[in-house]
Amino acid sequence: MKSISDLLSEHPLFAGLAPEALELIAGCGKNVHFGQDDRILVENEPADVFYLIRVGRVALEVATPRRGPLVIETVGPGEVLGVSWMLPPYRWSFDARAVDSTRAVAIDAACLRDKCDEDPTLGYELFKRFAGLVRNRLQTTRLQLIDLYGNDAS
Amino acid sequence: MTLPDISIVRPAPMTPTMYRVVSRRQDLADTVSFEMAPIDEIVAPPSPGQFNMLWAFGIGEVPISVAGYQDGILLHTIRAVGAVTNALVACRVGDEIGVRGPFGVGWNLPQAVGRDVLVVAGGLGLAPVRPVITELITQRADYRRAVVLVGARSPESLLYRDELELWRGRFDLDVEITVDTAPPSWRGDVGVVTRLIDRAPIDPRNTTAFVCGPEVMMRFVAQALVDRQVPPDEVLVSLERNMHCAIGHCGHCQLGPDFICKDGPVMRWPRVETQLRIPER
Amino acid sequence: MSLTGMDEIVRTLRDRGRTVLGPVVRDGVITHAEIESVDELPTGWTEDQDGGRYRLVATGSDEFFAFSAPSSSWKRYLYPERTVLIRAKRASDGIKIETPVPEASSVAFFGVRSCDLAALGVLDQVFLDPAATDPTYAIRRADAFIVVAACNNPGNTCFCASMGTGPSPEAGYDLAVRELVDENRHEFLVAAGSERGAELLAEVTSSKAGDVDLEQARTAHDRAVANMGRQLSHKDPPLAALDPNHPRWDDVAQRCLACGNCTMVCPTCFCSTTEDSTDLTLASAERTRVWDSCFSLDFTHLHGGSVRTETKSRYRQWLLHKLVTWHDQFDMSGCVGCGRCITWCPVGIDLTAEIAALARPHQQPERSGEAK
Repeated sequence: MKSISDLLSEHPLFAGLAPEALELIAGCGKNVHFGQDDRILVENEPADVFYLIRVGRVALEVATPRRGPLVIETVGPGEVLGVSWMLPPYRWSFDARAVDSTRAVAIDAACLRDKCDEDPTLGYELFKRFAGLVRNRLQTTRLQLIDLYGNDAS
Repeated sequence: MTLPDISIVRPAPMTPTMYRVVSRRQDLADTVSFEMAPIDEIVAPPSPGQFNMLWAFGIGEVPISVAGYQDGILLHTIRAVGAVTNALVACRVGDEIGVRGPFGVGWNLPQAVGRDVLVVAGGLGLAPVRPVITELITQRADYRRAVVLVGARSPESLLYRDELELWRGRFDLDVEITVDTAPPSWRGDVGVVTRLIDRAPIDPRNTTAFVCGPEVMMRFVAQALVDRQVPPDEVLVSLERNMHCAIGHCGHCQLGPDFICKDGPVMRWPRVETQLRIPER
Repeated sequence: MSLTGMDEIVRTLRDRGRTVLGPVVRDGVITHAEIESVDELPTGWTEDQDGGRYRLVATGSDEFFAFSAPSSSWKRYLYPERTVLIRAKRASDGIKIETPVPEASSVAFFGVRSCDLAALGVLDQVFLDPAATDPTYAIRRADAFIVVAACNNPGNTCFCASMGTGPSPEAGYDLAVRELVDENRHEFLVAAGSERGAELLAEVTSSKAGDVDLEQARTAHDRAVANMGRQLSHKDPPLAALDPNHPRWDDVAQRCLACGNCTMVCPTCFCSTTEDSTDLTLASAERTRVWDSCFSLDFTHLHGGSVRTETKSRYRQWLLHKLVTWHDQFDMSGCVGCGRCITWCPVGIDLTAEIAALARPHQQPERSGEAK
């Protein structure tokens, strides 16, 4: 039975993080499981947790009046669900729903934010990693935006 | 300067031979797949990655990759984007289409014997790599891991859906499909195809990658592959440019020093990377 | 030989069934047309050429070949502006295609400049590649009888010496002529460059050249080399190092009209397009190859747009192809130094000056973000 700390060390987001830092973060974490089609996040609700996906797939969705919910991205094993916990107003921008049965480590955001305030070195390390994650997401989102496969795309 | 021996000049490098459409499948609203059989003269068997010039009577010619070849029957998947392709797509079973070819440097899958094979296809780019996948399947034992990553705009715009599902069902092939946008009924990945590269179960240094899709997509995919330590020389892309002759005479298809019709269309990434990063080169 | 001998060459070629094409004055320029005798040559004319400028100027002498690169080159006789590739008919039993067989037209090119001779050699590499040979070019090229006339009087836009293509020919001709003119004489030094050239030479009135003749020819050659109007500096730094992002490209793009004149008059430009047409009943169709220019917006048309939309990128393509990537493709330069692109550019763009500017390292523009 792996400890939260072990699970964190296996996740790409925390690769290379010192064991003490992992322990600190693990203190805010717990194992969770979602069944297929379970709702995980709801748009505009408080962003007080984020998830390190281990198994399964989660869809980020936005509800639209005429076209129904649209999936704008899926997040899978080794990826992270939720970045809005980092900065005010701490509210989710999108809905999230488990596409398949999903296992994850849930990290309590308020708990982790407090620890970052107390230990700026940990905070800096975490923000660096999340900045990279957000940068990658921005890049891929931009590629989605230009509609690469549309008729005039080249 | 040696003057040519006229007797060995092939008399008709620009003359098509007529083929007949024997089957027609409407893949998407603007995309059609034809099986075509020779009426008279048969063109040489194309290798994966090569293309033919298809001629619509009285309208013009366009280069179209060979999507499949079996017992002399050509498979071509054509999207209507201009006058010629609109005319071709409008053809019905029994109609005649002119064929010249095959032309160009192909994928040459055997160069990856003993290595992991990674195929990355985006949108209509799945057509030119389809022959690589079918060849890979028939010679499966020659290669190590085999991974196919497919990106499309939406689930409805996926090509060869039936074949994709068949391939995905195979135990010796890893097929991952992602779309840019989808309704919740889509149980698969949503996101650009570059994201699938990070998770691909390959040994990067021992991988040969065959990449085909819109040019922007190929640029980003090639970079993602190189970032993941696939040797740049092992990343192959298939380019396209305006073509009128396909034999290096009309000059239209040049990209820097290369004629895409005869030095390509399949090219190694390092050779074209610099040119592709110069706007309007 | 004397002028009589020269005329004998023309007449003998004609008697053997060849159409002799040579330089003539027409419409205010020196161009090429069929000639029947040397009387039709541009006696006493030379050209005043510069960027965007061409004027005929009388020399006051009766020199025949006092001009340099005439307005047209020889490429259209081997690679016509329009060539029908196929004719097709749609009948009840299907589409039938007929390929017109190119006819050998028995011609002689009389008075070819060294630069233009070199241009034929350049086009040979394009159209006579064993992997893809152009039938029309091949048939016409094999048969063309070539009489070169070495340049005594290079023009203001000439730079064949820089390109190693002139002012005197080295090989690839049937006969080579140099006009020897001074106060005392007006004769022609003629050398054979092939068997059929030697055979023809034996038929006409001539006497063996003496050392004085050869000396006078050498002097004329050296003087021509020293009097080149332009030069192309391309060794330092090597052309291959030209930066595709150099600001000079923006500069020339401001001046270039993308009119394509340069590609039309260039003796080595070979780009073409195809045109399909049908009759009104849609029962017959034709496909024709037509000269094209990389300066046209449609040249790189792909999926509803063009790759090179800006004049800058099109000019850059032309120049880099002609002087740099041609080496990668054909192991030689695409430019023969004839200077026509300079003369016939409406705004006088001079590629020798552009190359000189492009070869100079450029300052990166300041990116301090401060307002100037």
